[in-house]
Amino acid sequence: MGWSLENISHFIDSWLYNEFDPTIARLIEFLIIAVCVIGLFAVLGLVLILMERKVSAWMQVRLGPNRVGPGGMFQTVADTLKLIVKEGMTPLNVDKFLFNLAPFIVMIVSMVVLAPLMFAKNFQIWDINIGILFITAVSSVSVIGILMAGWASNNKYSLLGAMRSGAQIVSYELSAGLSVLCIVVLTGSLRISDIINSQANGWWLFKGHIPVIIAFVIFIIAVTAETNRAPFDLAEAESELTAGFHTEYSGMKFALFFLAEYVNVFIVCAIGATIFLGGWMPLHIGNWNGFNHAMDYIPSFLWFFGKTFLLIFVIMWFRWTFPRLRIDQLLNLEWKYLLPISMFNLLLVTVIAILKWHF
Amino acid sequence: MNITQILFWFLSALTVFSALMVVVSKNPVYSVLWLIFTFFCISGHYIMLNAQFLFIVNIIVYAGAIMVLFLFVIMLMNLNQSSEPKKHRWLRMAGVVAGGCLLLVLVAALKNIDIKKQVAETNTGDIGLIGNLGKVLFNQYVVPFEISSILFLSAMVGTVVIGKKE
Amino acid sequence: MGASSLIVLMIAAVAFSGIAILISKFVLKATTNKQKGEPYECGIPTKGPSWVQFNVGYYLFALIFLIFDVELIFLFPWAVVVKQVGWLALVEIVVFFFILFMGFLYAHKKGALKWM
Repeated sequence: MGWSLENISHFIDSWLYNEFDPTIARLIEFLIIAVCVIGLFAVLGLVLILMERKVSAWMQVRLGPNRVGPGGMFQTVADTLKLIVKEGMTPLNVDKFLFNLAPFIVMIVSMVVLAPLMFAKNFQIWDINIGILFITAVSSVSVIGILMAGWASNNKYSLLGAMRSGAQIVSYELSAGLSVLCIVVLTGSLRISDIINSQANGWWLFKGHIPVIIAFVIFIIAVTAETNRAPFDLAEAESELTAGFHTEYSGMKFALFFLAEYVNVFIVCAIGATIFLGGWMPLHIGNWNGFNHAMDYIPSFLWFFGKTFLLIFVIMWFRWTFPRLRIDQLLNLEWKYLLPISMFNLLLVTVIAILKWHF
Repeated sequence: MNITQILFWFLSALTVFSALMVVVSKNPVYSVLWLIFTFFCISGHYIMLNAQFLFIVNIIVYAGAIMVLFLFVIMLMNLNQSSEPKKHRWLRMAGVVAGGCLLLVLVAALKNIDIKKQVAETNTGDIGLIGNLGKVLFNQYVVPFEISSILFLSAMVGTVVIGKKE
Repeated sequence: MGASSLIVLMIAAVAFSGIAILISKFVLKATTNKQKGEPYECGIPTKGPSWVQFNVGYYLFALIFLIFDVELIFLFPWAVVVKQVGWLALVEIVVFFFILFMGFLYAHKKGALKWM
């Protein structure tokens, strides 16, 4: 067997339990997990922000960051250093406790959501029985952190931004949930590993006919809105609200909000890749055995990250393609179009699932 | 005491403490946030019983519901200390009497139960898993399920009537 | 890994954010003055408190969301067993959606889903 992440984790696991007694081995395992997720967070922050800047530069036919390191590769590292030496101010009339607590809440939420994600073949932290529901449920808790930040800042822009953000996140959560349900109906399980295994002979996007494609489109729109990204970035519409709910935050606390925002983009794209594009499953086409074999040689974690970053690229693309919506247009889009459509779509998918029309 | 028991007592103490803080906090925003903390602690209990679906439902409903409460507090209350109305003494007395009655009923109800008989199945019970729940809900309890939709309908009508009152 | 991984992840998140904030506290020497502590509202001096009563429009949306959210929770166990129960499940959910949709139409008709 080669050096897949599954084998490495098995090797470390068995080595630890041989060398130490179970309690200590378990503690060391916890420590390794903690270090890994923190590392993942740091790397994701650096890579995604650089990617955002490079992609937007590419879209606008300019160079983007190109001074620090080869091709501007270390630009975000430099930015991080800058943020570290920035002063984290706490304005005088804020609610100090909640003001300082809010970035922690947002970070905890985006960290906990990582638990059921499957990064490679049989490589995940906790294969919870209701994985996909866990992700939708826990990620909705971040609204609390955002409202907390906006309210505690004692600033009208912050409060307004937080309110908009809350209204937006909760509205679009419904249609995101309904389009996730389409896949659950087809799979009959909420466990992430079951959902991925059901796509061994083809991804749901290709197997499930038009209703699944509609669900996929709705899902992408909804998660773009849920992560407060353009064209749905009303919560921090620079021209009206300065910076939305984190107007008063500076230094490292601001950096944490920023990081959580990008990690959330990664997480929603990872969910999209998992349920619609087959997670770590390689691309297989019917009976082309040679092609399928060649695809199997690509490591599974590359498949997962490749698909995820493809979706992230699509979401970044949106930002430079569509103009920002007004709040009434935003809520209209959800309540008058997306929600009825996705409810009806769910019924269509149910018919397909019961008649076994999918491949 | 093994690790599960330690976790149980720790969570229980945290739950009771945060529930007390909901009542004690002067600022309604803090009360709301302590309330959500209480619900998360209760979710922790569910997960120790391996009732994963209930754990998630608790989080999803209460995170949403508390968010609504949060908005309610922000929108409908004036949080400036100066404008806080003086509460009447009789109102306070009535509160004490009502709370005392509830306490009396609870004590009376809990007096005769035998705690030793109830053994929680930690990590083993799979009654709370979603597949079993779905099978029971959509085979035996179809009618209550459909009736719950009428409940949603009335809730929706109520919301619209209250919210759209000119 | 079981449920204990959640605790580990929470601790990791707190440690990560805490260490990041602590490092930046140690690296620099902060000074304060009165002007620095004022809320940033585009340089214009702040008028009145921000903790005041707020537009009720957001509240209406939050309440309608809550109803749909609870409905969504009913749908998850349904989605898991729909293949086993078969056509009956479809009938059940169509009735459920129909009743719910009437409420939705009512809200729509009354203009509750219109902004302001």
